[in-house]
Amino acid sequence: MKNILLKQKENLITYGIVIFAYLILELLIATGSITSLLKGLLVPLCVYVILAISLNLTVGILGQLSLGHAGFMCVGAFSSAFFSKLTVGVINPDWLRFLLALIIGFVFAGIVGFLIGMPVLRLRGDYLAIVTLAFGEIIKNIINVLYIGIDSKGVHFSMKDSLSLNLEETGKVIINGAKGITGTPKNSTFTIGTILILVTLFITLNLIKSRDGRAIMAIRDNEIAAESVGINITKYKLMAFTVSAALAGVGGVLYAHNLNSLMATPKNFGYNMSIMILVFVVLGGIGNIRGSMIAAVILTLLPELLRGLSNFRMLIYSLVLIAMMIINWAPGARIARERFLSRLPFFKKRAELTEGGKENG
Amino acid sequence: MTFLTYLINGISLGSVYAIIALGYTMVYGIAKMLNFAHGDVIMIGSYTVFVSVSALGLPMPVGMVLSIVLCTVLGIVVEAVAYRPLRGASSLAVLITAIGVSYLLQNIALLIFGANTTSFTSVVNIKPIVLASSEKIVNGETVVTELTVTGESLVTIISCIVIMIGLTLFVNKTKAGQAMLAVSEDKGAAKLMGINVNATISLTFAIGSALAAVAGMLLCSAYPALTPYTGSMPGIKAFVAAVFGGIGSIPGALIGGILLGIIEILSKAYISSQLADAIVFLVLIVVLVVKPTGILGRKLMEKV
Repeated sequence: MKNILLKQKENLITYGIVIFAYLILELLIATGSITSLLKGLLVPLCVYVILAISLNLTVGILGQLSLGHAGFMCVGAFSSAFFSKLTVGVINPDWLRFLLALIIGFVFAGIVGFLIGMPVLRLRGDYLAIVTLAFGEIIKNIINVLYIGIDSKGVHFSMKDSLSLNLEETGKVIINGAKGITGTPKNSTFTIGTILILVTLFITLNLIKSRDGRAIMAIRDNEIAAESVGINITKYKLMAFTVSAALAGVGGVLYAHNLNSLMATPKNFGYNMSIMILVFVVLGGIGNIRGSMIAAVILTLLPELLRGLSNFRMLIYSLVLIAMMIINWAPGARIARERFLSRLPFFKKRAELTEGGKENG
Repeated sequence: MTFLTYLINGISLGSVYAIIALGYTMVYGIAKMLNFAHGDVIMIGSYTVFVSVSALGLPMPVGMVLSIVLCTVLGIVVEAVAYRPLRGASSLAVLITAIGVSYLLQNIALLIFGANTTSFTSVVNIKPIVLASSEKIVNGETVVTELTVTGESLVTIISCIVIMIGLTLFVNKTKAGQAMLAVSEDKGAAKLMGINVNATISLTFAIGSALAAVAGMLLCSAYPALTPYTGSMPGIKAFVAAVFGGIGSIPGALIGGILLGIIEILSKAYISSQLADAIVFLVLIVVLVVKPTGILGRKLMEKV
């Protein structure tokens, strides 16, 4: 009971941090003490935080390594941008259209996650990693050759080029292959982003806390033991994977509605992006939702803060990444750190508390 | 005739993938980690050849040896500095560190050479060989179609075969090779038998990186556009090849690599050049879903 209360308090702190950070940033914007560069980063920051939270569900809670998270983001982005482009001017209040776009992105990414999860979740570890990576690349490649246009006769579809759509004069091309979707309404704001982070957190934290969540974590800890106590492995694996994919779709919707032209390039939806999100999760602590949020913020801001160093910034970024991993994870460094911290009274108490939390789940 | 040409190109590209995949498969077998930086070692190797030949004016063989030596040293240093402290840590942590190393190598190259494409001079100096030719009369004119093999393809395929045979012999016949097998089976037991585990892992990285240097030269001779990102996609595909053939197995890397190369070239030629990568990955998924350990996985307990 004490642990449940403790956990609830922890969750409230997580929500509190998000709201607090939002208020501070809004205050900074209102007083004009924030550079326009940083302002432009606020929505991407929300996107990355959402993606980090959702991937943590797969990697940290379900314990499966996925390298194709950007693919689900891509599905969410394109399905919702397609919808928004189609209905701009038809469905009028902007918020209603954006809400519908969100739902569409969420559902489509979830469906794709479900379909992909079904065959591949049987695989383990690195094999699963490489297959999810492959799926991410396939999704990106397919979107790059997809042409969809619309005219009075209905929707036309092609995988060759925009001419083979055979559109009428009045028809318009919506998804133009590698050129992607242009003219998506820019509905994403920092406020919406923050609300979506809170919604994502709410879904994730409640899932973790629920009976289903405990089943999922049991699978992570020991698959055979979980199966032997009657947990339906396939069902819970698929559940976690699908929710994770759907939430990545939400991140994609936010991303798509922050850009004028949406293209699937290796940079934004390729495996590099998936790896980037994984870096957030691992650096923040696998299974630690709050940690991955903080890591996402720091690692997104770091290259921008290092901008003064121009050419050296990515070099420093990679060095910081390696150093942080070694300091955080190397067994030798870990022992040294624990020895040092156990001498300080504040951390001593804290270490005992987390130790107690671990035992119960 | 064109089909055969594509097939030869596929085998040639596949041989490069196979050589890279060997590095992956050996390192995976022994250190149980995905060395994401492996692809970037290829790029570093190619740049070394480029600098020593085009900028310093050294003869080609010297440049090649220099590249192999540098990559070997790079592999050993990276393992000692970045991966060794993390031995025993979660495999995800090692994976992310490898990604960090990969970014580091890319950005060092970016800083030195810039993002522009460098045109690589082929290391192979052999004229194309005509294997067969046929004459056809089209509209009253004789059109000669020839089946040719470029010098690059020939050298690539031959080096791949030589490397495969050499490596198999090395692993099975030498003491160091047996030590590698032992460490990949069980690190603790190997240590008890008096095997120097750290040295064996270093040796594996050294061999893998030297092979990456060779693969880099061959790859850039056939596809001469060299950028700091040259290595990353072939690296990923070679890893796919290693998984495809059954990770940890040397013949598996060969089969996986060559099949992957053929599938890629044929789908580029006959289906769609943009979808070629998607098709390659789709085949991988089908293979893994049907046979989760890859084509030659497990049955051959030949883990290196």
